[in-house]
Amino acid sequence: MEQGEDRYWRRTSTLMWTMFALWVFFSFVIHFFVNQLNNIEFLGFPLGFYMAAQGSLIAFVVMLFVFASAQDKIDREEGVAEDE
Amino acid sequence: MADQAQAAKGDFISNLGKIYGLYTGGFFAFVIFLAILEQLGVPNQWIGYGFVFLTIAVYAVIGIISRTTEVGEYYVAGRRVPAVYNGMATGADWMSGASFVGMAGTLFLLGYDGLAFVLGWTGGYVLVAILIAPFLRKFGAFTVPDFFAERYGGNFTRFLAVIVLICCSFTYVTAQIYATGIIASRFLGMDFTVAVYVGLVGILLCSMLGGMKAVTWTQVAQYIVLIVAYLLPVVILSTQKYGIPVPQLTYGQALRDIGALEQNMLSNGLATAQTLKPHIKPFTTYDPLNYFALILCLMVGTASLPHILMRYFTTPSVREARKSVAWSLFFIFLLYFTAPAYAAFSKLEVYSTVIGRDLDSVRPWLFTYGVLGLVKICGADAVSVDAIKAACSQIAGHPGVIRLQDFSINTDVIVLSTPEIAGMPYVIAGLVAAGGLAAALSTADGLLLAIANALSHDIYYKMLDRNAPTTRRLIVARILLVTVAVAAAYTASTKPADILSMVAWAFSLAAAGIFPALVLGIWWKRANTAGCIVGMILGFGICVYYLVGTRYFAVHFYETWSWLSTASPAAVAKFAELKTAWMNAADETAKSAAWVALDKHAQTVANWWGVRNISAALFGLPVGFLAIWIVSLLTAAPSKEVQDMVDATRRPRGQTIIRDKDAALPAH
Repeated sequence: MEQGEDRYWRRTSTLMWTMFALWVFFSFVIHFFVNQLNNIEFLGFPLGFYMAAQGSLIAFVVMLFVFASAQDKIDREEGVAEDE
Repeated sequence: MADQAQAAKGDFISNLGKIYGLYTGGFFAFVIFLAILEQLGVPNQWIGYGFVFLTIAVYAVIGIISRTTEVGEYYVAGRRVPAVYNGMATGADWMSGASFVGMAGTLFLLGYDGLAFVLGWTGGYVLVAILIAPFLRKFGAFTVPDFFAERYGGNFTRFLAVIVLICCSFTYVTAQIYATGIIASRFLGMDFTVAVYVGLVGILLCSMLGGMKAVTWTQVAQYIVLIVAYLLPVVILSTQKYGIPVPQLTYGQALRDIGALEQNMLSNGLATAQTLKPHIKPFTTYDPLNYFALILCLMVGTASLPHILMRYFTTPSVREARKSVAWSLFFIFLLYFTAPAYAAFSKLEVYSTVIGRDLDSVRPWLFTYGVLGLVKICGADAVSVDAIKAACSQIAGHPGVIRLQDFSINTDVIVLSTPEIAGMPYVIAGLVAAGGLAAALSTADGLLLAIANALSHDIYYKMLDRNAPTTRRLIVARILLVTVAVAAAYTASTKPADILSMVAWAFSLAAAGIFPALVLGIWWKRANTAGCIVGMILGFGICVYYLVGTRYFAVHFYETWSWLSTASPAAVAKFAELKTAWMNAADETAKSAAWVALDKHAQTVANWWGVRNISAALFGLPVGFLAIWIVSLLTAAPSKEVQDMVDATRRPRGQTIIRDKDAALPAH
């Protein structure tokens, strides 16, 4: 029992840290390079501007839907999901 | 009886799609009906009143239908709100009057640097989802301070959380009520004070009888109005200009045109390198440190604001809470990724049809807003051609055409003027006003409920009278709600400039005061009461010290911390000069004038490492985390019971941790 719960929390934490790293990347890291990215054109936008205006936002939305289903999968596999 | 009520309730939830589908259809029919009336010659004023009063009436009806006498319904909407609808409600809760009306204008003025707000006000939801919301849902709290009290034990932590909550929510709700007043007075020509109290009635009708339940279902209705109102004008504009009804894709072309016009203006002497901030050029307003600090503080603040977190108490399960955060961000994203398109189209319009024009041929829409004092040319309100000619002739060597530096526009005008610039009928402008009102009212509802619930549930029920019967709890909750609402409306009616500028502080205050203790309470079992208390007091304290010190005691702050300030040698010399002038001032009048000048300059140099005070949480956050960590490790570990409670919080399956004796909530 204890074993199973530890594994559940380890998998949950790994997912959290993965999402956290992606969050750091799309919130900050990518925008450090705005000047370089602005030399690239994407859908008619300078890429650096695009990432701050749309790209990162789209990434956040997609990340959250992926997170919700990935965490749900962990819950089910580890037997801690709620009853439907 | 109870079973019947239950069945009727289940019915309502399973028919939500149909109900809100009909509502949306009805809303479009209403817009078309008003458009027809406009064509038949009904005056604009009436169309405007039609929009405002009908939408407020609909919200009020929803609020009254959703009245309740159950504690669980009042505080957490019976925990029955499906993920998608809770997402819409959160979207309306989140997007304030200022986001709706002012965001595009900020982007217009700041260009790339304004995108810090777009990023900051969306990315925080990632933190909400992965760190906080599902666990708080499992916990089963009624309010955010509830979690602090149970996890850390004792009413002192609860009390601290209530203090932080009120500090960050009250100025915010005042600003929302102020925004309803501004929108109603601008569009309907209503007196500002009257408009504020009309807004107050609208807010109370939605929230007083049904608490969270009523606020939830009105916020869903308000989201639909606000998103339609925000998207429609700019979709029409994009179709007119580029033939594609997706403004988010077409404004790339507008950005290119803006870039070309910027070059032209510089070479034609219509703009100087000092006044022109190239739209896509980064770090023209904020330096990189402040740009990223602002993003961080807004994001962490988002994840700490109680009126947002409490929305995730209402979902039926932990699973739904997670999905709901994703839907929330999606619905919020629809508005925020459109705002830069508004900004770009407006800028293109201004650069191509205002700047460089002869004073005689100024576009008429400018005068509509000039009369309201929102557009200035050559420093004077643009009320008529004669007025701006007179103002420009005062300027030595003025060429007779409008230069960039002659033109100034209030940020609120960008969204409000788009329908008119694109030559759309007045009905669209009325729609935009209704959308702005929906945004302000829904945010005010959520904030008000967060404050009143903290007072009624945490202070009154949990701290003063633990044996209060259900009816008395709900009566107290409503009395406090009305009291807080009236206090906020009264404050708003005095047009307090200071309060309004303090709204931006709410994010840093919430981030520094709540985030460290909240996150560590869930993710670190070893965090204990002493750590929480010291961390909250120090983190929040240093944040308040920085905010208030740099704003209100700038001279003193600068003198104490001059070794940390990033002031340039010239600015340091100027400070010394102004200081001497103040000390040597001959009489009282001269002395106070000299002080004003000194204080104003001091505000620009009073800082630690150049961080602006809007990002004060940059100091509060690490201090808060460190204090909790160090103090917790120096004191005894939390009891086995508390550690087991944290374990149970992390597991979705099973009962909620807190169970209210009066709340008949579905077991999970």
